[in-house]
Amino acid sequence: MQSTAHAFKGNAARALEDRQLQEALANVPKGFVGKRAEARARLPEFDALRDQARDLKNHVLANLDLYLEEYERKVFEVGGKVHWAASAGDAREIVLSICREAGAKTVVKGKSMITEEIGLNDHLEGAGIEPIETDLGEYLIQIRGEAPSHIIAPAVHLTKEQVEADFRRLHRDLPEDRRLEEVDELVAEARSVLRDKFLAADVGITGANMLIAETGSSVIVTNEGNGDLSQTLAKVHIVVASLEKVVPTLEDACTILRILARSATGQECSTYTTFSTGPRRAGDPDGPEAYHVVLLDNGRSELLGTDFREVLRCIRCGACMNHCPVYQAVGGHAYGWVYPGPIGSVLTPSLIGVEEAGPLPNASTFCGRCEAVCPMRIPLPGLMRKWRELEFEKVPPPFAQRFALKSWAWFARHPRLYQFASGLVIPVVARMAGKKGAFNKLPFGNGWTRHRDFPAPQGRTFHQQWRNQKRRRARS
Amino acid sequence: MSDPASEPAGPRVGLFVTCLVDLIRPSVGFAAVKLLEDAGCVVEVPAAQTCCGQPAYNSGDRSNAVAIARQVVDAFSEFDHVVAPSGSCAGMIRTHYPSLLGDDPEYGAKAKSVAAKTYELVSFLTDVMGVERVSARFYGAVTYHDSCAGLRELGVKQQPRRLLATVTGLTVQEMSEPEVCCGFGGTFSVKYPDVSNAIVEKKVADIASARAPLLLAGDLGCLMNMAGKLRREGRHVSARHVAEVLAGMTDTAPIAQGEPVTNPGAKR
Repeated sequence: MQSTAHAFKGNAARALEDRQLQEALANVPKGFVGKRAEARARLPEFDALRDQARDLKNHVLANLDLYLEEYERKVFEVGGKVHWAASAGDAREIVLSICREAGAKTVVKGKSMITEEIGLNDHLEGAGIEPIETDLGEYLIQIRGEAPSHIIAPAVHLTKEQVEADFRRLHRDLPEDRRLEEVDELVAEARSVLRDKFLAADVGITGANMLIAETGSSVIVTNEGNGDLSQTLAKVHIVVASLEKVVPTLEDACTILRILARSATGQECSTYTTFSTGPRRAGDPDGPEAYHVVLLDNGRSELLGTDFREVLRCIRCGACMNHCPVYQAVGGHAYGWVYPGPIGSVLTPSLIGVEEAGPLPNASTFCGRCEAVCPMRIPLPGLMRKWRELEFEKVPPPFAQRFALKSWAWFARHPRLYQFASGLVIPVVARMAGKKGAFNKLPFGNGWTRHRDFPAPQGRTFHQQWRNQKRRRARS
Repeated sequence: MSDPASEPAGPRVGLFVTCLVDLIRPSVGFAAVKLLEDAGCVVEVPAAQTCCGQPAYNSGDRSNAVAIARQVVDAFSEFDHVVAPSGSCAGMIRTHYPSLLGDDPEYGAKAKSVAAKTYELVSFLTDVMGVERVSARFYGAVTYHDSCAGLRELGVKQQPRRLLATVTGLTVQEMSEPEVCCGFGGTFSVKYPDVSNAIVEKKVADIASARAPLLLAGDLGCLMNMAGKLRREGRHVSARHVAEVLAGMTDTAPIAQGEPVTNPGAKR
């Protein structure tokens, strides 16, 4: 996917002007935030589980080679195959060659952020294979030619009315006078359209919420059941997952499952939690004939030795973006690449470089709500600040900004001069405001005063007044 | 300073005024001094202070952040406690200085010691000095915004509400989401003014829904942002730092408003 992360500012400005988007975004805090809070309140050990999950994932990351090799061995034992993909390009080629070997014309897909990251759909289409997204949200953005704007609700930027219009435009063989106003009606129509695609597909591709080293299983967590159909009906099942998804045991997977759905949608657990272990065995009623896992690195192993390794604990619940005031204001597309919100602001520069994604870690008020809700206790603001530091070294800010920061810092480091200068300037500024008490325009503060007034200083600075008081006290 | 021979002096508190209070709203500093003295503290204001260094720290300018942090540590290490009328600046010193200076052979230990004795004003009064009530009067309803750093870095939530409940004549009417960021974010409001504006727009709508004529908070940065927006939108809600009300010092004009308007209730 071509990144526009460098243009965050412009992307955000357009998003703020987009009335339909703003209408759709209003649902984010209403739905996700309240439901997570309720789910958390119902589980007294929620925060203890977060600690446990954090420690578990830290342990895995410290021993990643060990668990990945164990996982590969198990997958092989149950009749599957693991393919190691160092880069996005490698992963695309591996998937394509498996599809070609299977003689695939169409591929059904469960929801997967990793296949978004590697740009799989375009690659398959280019090779004459039709990928069909079967998650309702992914289906919607696929027919619109868009990218997901949220990691668990990819079409959260759309309104019901937009979906209805798209369905009427695309599903021409259905009666024109059908009702399509309610969400249920839209879901039912998507289901009926997709049903035949499932039956006709040669290959099913899913992501994985976790990979279990002990059993060689992949786990998917869904609410629509489309992932299960994708992975059981086709002859070939391909799992595409990044390597930090591995956990040691089934028990460990359950620890993470207990906080995943609660953090994501506020459900105790999602409607479907499906464990896939190898291809169909003799006597199994269903399942694929072949089971492949494409394990993607794409820069992650390079994060292991750095401060940013903590981001590899992420389980992609979306809680950070649901609670982020910036995400709530501009939506996911403004972030310009696959992963939006606070997690994207840390992960995107890690994966595509801070030169391209520099604006993202800066686009945060550091309110800290993302870290407060993260089930894996990833210190997201701290990691964004680390990116700001690296960016400051690598990509010096524009001259005006640098000059302002440097001169402010120089004064801040010289208290006597600072207080002398502020003692001269501040009373003058206060007089300029007169009796209004605020400025509605400032020569260098247009960004601020375009939208709000700037409170005027009261008069003399605190330090001036304090010194005078002390002098008076000393005299009396 | 009082003569140590004649009466037992309270703890020596170094007041970290904060740059915004120093420049924009000194009355908050004097309110803080009054509250601390009423609680029995001996308050001093070291002259060698400017800012806590957050603008540099959050802009990725680590070397200036370190230099400013050292200066603050030097100026405040002699006190029993360091108190700031801001959760953001207190949080900077308390939670971030140890990571900025922790490995510094000369400053590491000193920075940790200053960090451990640094507090946000209101939580210092309640949690350290055991203040349970104030003697102020304020007749009217207020709504309270939980500033992010105070809330999430320092756990300041019930403390200001507990003390406000003891102000004669005052009632707190909560907005629906007091814990949601106001969109200020320091340099964020300058780097991304449009996004910042979208956030503060929602915030002031929530503030107005509380139907209280006065907004209080513990951080001047957030207050300037919200007060500036309330005024631009012509909403009939004033804004003050919580310390002004707790100290009974509300005869100055509210933030971003002109002509000193006296609070009629305060005069009985």
